[in-house]
Amino acid sequence: MPRSRTIVLTLYILFLLLPIYWLVNMSFKTNTEIVTGMTLWPAEPTLENYARIFTDASWYSGYINSMQYVALNTVLSIALALPAAYAFSRFRFVGDKHLFFWLLSNRMAPPAVFALPFFNLYSAIGLFDTPLAVALAHCLFNVPLAVWILEGFMSGVPREIDETAYLDGYSFPRFFVRIFMPLIASGIGVTAFFCFMFSWVELLLARTLTSVDAKPIAATMTRTVSASGMDWGLLAAAGVLTIVPGALVIWFVRNYIAKGFALGRV
Amino acid sequence: MSLVLERVGRSVGAERHIDDVSLTLERGSLNVLLGPTLSGKTSLMRLMAGLDHPTEGRVIVDGTDVTGQHVRRRSVAMVYQQFINYPSLTVFENIASPLRVSRRPREEIERKVREAAALLKLEPYLKRTPLELSGGQQQRTAIARALVKGADLVLLDEPLANLDYKLREELREELPRIFAESGAVFVYATTEPMEALLLGGNTATLWQGRLAQFGPTPTVYRRPSTITSARVFSDPPLNTMRLHKRGGQVVLPTGEHATARGILAGLPDETYTVGFRAEQLRIGRGEGEAMTMTGTVAVSEITGSESFVHVDVGAERWVAVCPGVLEVEPGERIDVAIDPHRVFAFGHDGALIAAPPLVMAA
Repeated sequence: MPRSRTIVLTLYILFLLLPIYWLVNMSFKTNTEIVTGMTLWPAEPTLENYARIFTDASWYSGYINSMQYVALNTVLSIALALPAAYAFSRFRFVGDKHLFFWLLSNRMAPPAVFALPFFNLYSAIGLFDTPLAVALAHCLFNVPLAVWILEGFMSGVPREIDETAYLDGYSFPRFFVRIFMPLIASGIGVTAFFCFMFSWVELLLARTLTSVDAKPIAATMTRTVSASGMDWGLLAAAGVLTIVPGALVIWFVRNYIAKGFALGRV
Repeated sequence: MSLVLERVGRSVGAERHIDDVSLTLERGSLNVLLGPTLSGKTSLMRLMAGLDHPTEGRVIVDGTDVTGQHVRRRSVAMVYQQFINYPSLTVFENIASPLRVSRRPREEIERKVREAAALLKLEPYLKRTPLELSGGQQQRTAIARALVKGADLVLLDEPLANLDYKLREELREELPRIFAESGAVFVYATTEPMEALLLGGNTATLWQGRLAQFGPTPTVYRRPSTITSARVFSDPPLNTMRLHKRGGQVVLPTGEHATARGILAGLPDETYTVGFRAEQLRIGRGEGEAMTMTGTVAVSEITGSESFVHVDVGAERWVAVCPGVLEVEPGERIDVAIDPHRVFAFGHDGALIAAPPLVMAA
């Protein structure tokens, strides 16, 4: 039994890793080699594709733009969701359950629905083509998710801890930062991870709301396809570099995620 | 300081949590809130602390009305039944927390925390976090934090309920002593009559959100003003029977007639509810003026040092507690006896009409 399981798992992992391997493989090949035939590993390994990305501003600024709005979005989402989640977890008010569900239902619409209104709105107020525009647009999806996840973690903290802090004389902001946030640190980590993931992979809004100055890397990749024929190797290298930040983030929060599954609402 | 509750009440939705409670707690006094679960002990404490606000009535501290005042502005320390500490801080920081907030000098914090830790035997654990401690140590941390604060009002909500037996005995003895020096109003909630008696001080008996009686603990125990107060302050539960008195005779639950003796002798003809605690019910035929009845054993429980025998007499079920191991089988017929000098007589409204003299009941 363990043996057949090992075989099945190995095959499954191979199946999952194959496209990633192929991408990495391509990124080290020259265009000629990619087009002329199928080789399992680069015949003449080259770093030229990566070199171009790191030296050409139209390429590397795509990464900078993406990271800017992703970071901005993650910070904004968490900053907005923390007080909201606290209110949902601690206070009963008229319509609290409906409001909570309504927040979540925001995520049920596809991002495409909002592309047009955002485009028009941001153009009108001069936000178009800035990282802030994309970050704000992504908040529409990430804030409800963040509230949902954080509320689960906060409800796991006994209310008596809040009261003990007030009895000790803590003011609310001081209690929140010094006592409460460390208790839900793993929740904040998990939330940040999900905000990052959504914002990093979302293409449609990011592309619609930017043109030149804030163009995200994913958009750069799709637009370069037709620029000077097919630069396969270059695109593959860009693809590899797009995977790296996500992989890094997952590596850092992997323990939090496991905890998050056990404790909260992921 | 003194704490006065003036006709305090609290309703949540349609539910009445606290109903018309008036209490005066003096400086330096030890007060026990005694009542079964859901009797309103915690609700009342939360009102005293200012964690909840009463819907009626006033809370007065040292003559100042603090009814709507936020808990931060009051001088209150509280220990919960659950072990509540800040999990992310070390034990030292947990205890130091109220001092840090009030920005005391570093040396004073260090000294006070060490003192409290020594008193509660927490010294070896100061660098650990609460979740690395046993339940008893966690609760002692919470108590130490309440202690260093030096609050005017110290509220302990069943602080020993979740601790093991040995630790409870130890802490129960130490707690009043630890807090006595501070001159604070000390309030201790418990479900157990024995705990109230061991703590002494004053006892307030609570029943369904209402105050049944308040007074010095031994007095409340020996002269419950109502049958409710007597019920709350009896464990095992208070034994009762309805007695019709007519012309110097009473009708016992078994249907037999007996001469009204003891405290019943001087009462006018009427129907009374007679209450007596388990230790007043003797197994076997009584001597002297005792009323002896025959009943059927329903259950018998043996703890080792004591035996609890539940007996059905007529329509009543009574509990007798007797020392040592008494082996009786359910269904067995046994005699039980009550000394009529040592019972309480309550009127039809539940008020106490006659009780044994204090000297004798001791």
